[in-house]
Amino acid sequence: MYQLKHDPDICAKCPSPDCLLKCQYMSFDTEEAHEEMMKVCRGEDSPVLEKCVTCYACEEYCSQGNHPFYLIGERREEKGILTAARPITNQWINMTTMQGKYMTGAVTDKVMSCCFIPDLGALGSGKLFEEIAPAFALGAEFMCPAVHTHFAKMSVVKERLPIVLENFAKLGASEVICLHDECYGTFTSIAPAYGIDVPFKPVYYMDYLVDRLDALKDEIRPLNVSVVYQRPCSNRLIPEKFPVLRALLDRIGVQLLEREYQGENALCCGEIIRAVAGYQRANDVQKRNVDDMAAAGAEYCVFNCPFCQSTLSEMVSKQGIKPIHLIDLCKMAIGEK
Amino acid sequence: MTDILQSLIETVGEKAVSNRAEELWFYARDPGVLEPHTPAYVVAPKTTEEVQKVVEIANRERIPVVPAGNGMSLTGLVRPLKGGIVMDMKRMNRILELNERARYVVVEGGVSQGQLKAYLEEHCPHLRHSIPDAPPATTVAANVAIHGQGRLTQQYGFNSDMVTGLEVVLANGKICRIGSCSMGPYWFSKGPALPDLSGLFLGWLGSTGIFTKVGLRLFPNKRIRDVEIFVTDRIELVEDIIYRLTHTEMAEDISIWFQPKPLMFKDNYHINVYFTGDTEEEIEFKRKMIWDALQVYIDSKDGGFMGVQPMKPMLLEQPQRSVAAFADVPKGGGFEYSGPIAPIEKFPEYTEKLLELAGKYDLLYAGAARIISGGHAMMYGISFAFNRADPEMMARVKEALDEATEYALGLGGIPWKPNVTEQQIAMRMMDPNTLDLLRMVKDNLDPNGIMNPGNWEVG
Repeated sequence: MYQLKHDPDICAKCPSPDCLLKCQYMSFDTEEAHEEMMKVCRGEDSPVLEKCVTCYACEEYCSQGNHPFYLIGERREEKGILTAARPITNQWINMTTMQGKYMTGAVTDKVMSCCFIPDLGALGSGKLFEEIAPAFALGAEFMCPAVHTHFAKMSVVKERLPIVLENFAKLGASEVICLHDECYGTFTSIAPAYGIDVPFKPVYYMDYLVDRLDALKDEIRPLNVSVVYQRPCSNRLIPEKFPVLRALLDRIGVQLLEREYQGENALCCGEIIRAVAGYQRANDVQKRNVDDMAAAGAEYCVFNCPFCQSTLSEMVSKQGIKPIHLIDLCKMAIGEK
Repeated sequence: MTDILQSLIETVGEKAVSNRAEELWFYARDPGVLEPHTPAYVVAPKTTEEVQKVVEIANRERIPVVPAGNGMSLTGLVRPLKGGIVMDMKRMNRILELNERARYVVVEGGVSQGQLKAYLEEHCPHLRHSIPDAPPATTVAANVAIHGQGRLTQQYGFNSDMVTGLEVVLANGKICRIGSCSMGPYWFSKGPALPDLSGLFLGWLGSTGIFTKVGLRLFPNKRIRDVEIFVTDRIELVEDIIYRLTHTEMAEDISIWFQPKPLMFKDNYHINVYFTGDTEEEIEFKRKMIWDALQVYIDSKDGGFMGVQPMKPMLLEQPQRSVAAFADVPKGGGFEYSGPIAPIEKFPEYTEKLLELAGKYDLLYAGAARIISGGHAMMYGISFAFNRADPEMMARVKEALDEATEYALGLGGIPWKPNVTEQQIAMRMMDPNTLDLLRMVKDNLDPNGIMNPGNWEVG
């Protein structure tokens, strides 16, 4: 079984334990944060193991790249600590079991990964994706297993990820365009954290879209709208990609409004918090988040993740904000929506 | 042409009578697994008086008459077991009265659930009736005749408890009104404070009379409807979970379900909790009460609420079409269930039996239970899917269901919309004095044995 590459000495010498200091769901001073993280490193009991809501943010906050979130998951699993209810945890494991029900298109040197989300197949269509849409892959066999980190089932991640990578390898593509941040984050963060080789080049879909919009620049009609952005948890695994969003929005004439809960301070969509920390906690997070969006005065709320969109669409609509996926926004700019 | 056919034509008109084989074929069967019984005639009366005359003909000729709604009970209740006349009630489709302030409606005996739903949505959108999870073409009268359940059964009881009056054509041809409508113009009570005669007809499956009019309670149709699904893998907790949920009095409908496929549902018990409100505040208050009621199991990690957002449009449908999707899992479009009514404490035992039978007869199963009247009982659905083109598989389903009923009734349950075999099992287990009373009622109301004979027939 693969082992997490975590160095406790890095934590021991960490000048600022931002992993816990910046956490939006637990409150520690600097000394406490350091001490609690060291307990986690040593495999001792810590309130962190009980209270973490699995927002992934500490992966971004850790300036040392020492993977605090994966470590918390490992320690929880070692101790048999469930994050969500056991039947909910197993429901996710069962739901994403590989059963040979995947679908693939005409893959050549590139493949478009739709993960386990049929909605992504619909999004990955039209002129923006005309070159790669026929080469899609959808199904549990091609699903990044990152979701199981929410349930501290790191063993499932380690068991399934190599199989997923092998399945992509069998398709013979050298590039996998990931339509879900979770996939790109898995291939570029989780896999190396566990020393798992990725036998292809993962391509972030926003990078792909930037190139496509440049190729289609004559067809772009600036939308001249202002938006807020719902940052998904898995984007925390790839914070270096956050600037690509701005580049993309600039190309289609969309203004990204400043608000309190964005960037490093973004709030989770709440769906996982609902399962892990309960209704009131999720409600509080969602209310603060959506109120903040409304206060910004945006016309649209742009989603990157279909799950976030499904979770928050109704709430943002009730605030008079139109929910839309980033890809659909780009399609609007070239007259496809 | 026979005298009977001629008499029927003279009564309801030529277009509303048939003895042609291709039409009799349809009226000989229902979508379940039971064998067909072919009628001699099919008639479709338009008025109470036509129903009366047809019954008089049947009585005169000593031939059976079987009232039929849409024939979707699955337990073969409108198959004419002893031939005779099947009376298709669907032409009696007028909605006669809506008393908005007293919250009831009076409909003819062939008005469908879908028709009433559409009527209320158009004319009185703030009122609703208890819609069963059956196809929209099923009828209101047939549903109450079999003690049907619906979306409001958890709150208000069986749909037959919601009846506010009946007009019944008796076997002797008399038209009889039951309840407040027997004394005046209002249809607000089927019994109280009079002797409740509705029990002579409700649940008798048309074997004591034919419903030509039904008064039905309506209920507030709140602006917002929502659903949560609590999931547990510990079957022994289900009873307590339901007890805690019903204690809140926040839910309009609660059902429990489990099935092996798709895999995400495997090994878990899902409890759907529906609730309504006129404002977001009301909805959120109820949601909080429902969550809080089960916090003890959330804390112990034995249960939790699953994400329902993507499933909501399907879950909030009325009726819920996904019920029928189960029938197509093994291909061939059939499913049937045995639905004993029993205390909720029987859930684990019934479930164990269901799994045993599914294995023994090699059948795809689904289990479900709808909570009745705030937790007094549940309707436990032991469901098996089958291929209609596979008689051997259908025979296995029938055997499994018969065995399930025998077991369920042996543990103290009572049968819901029982087929003939289930009725016989029930009567065999019934107290002899009760059985005598049943016989007395039947013999007095139907002395010539013409009303849906074969059903509730004490041997």
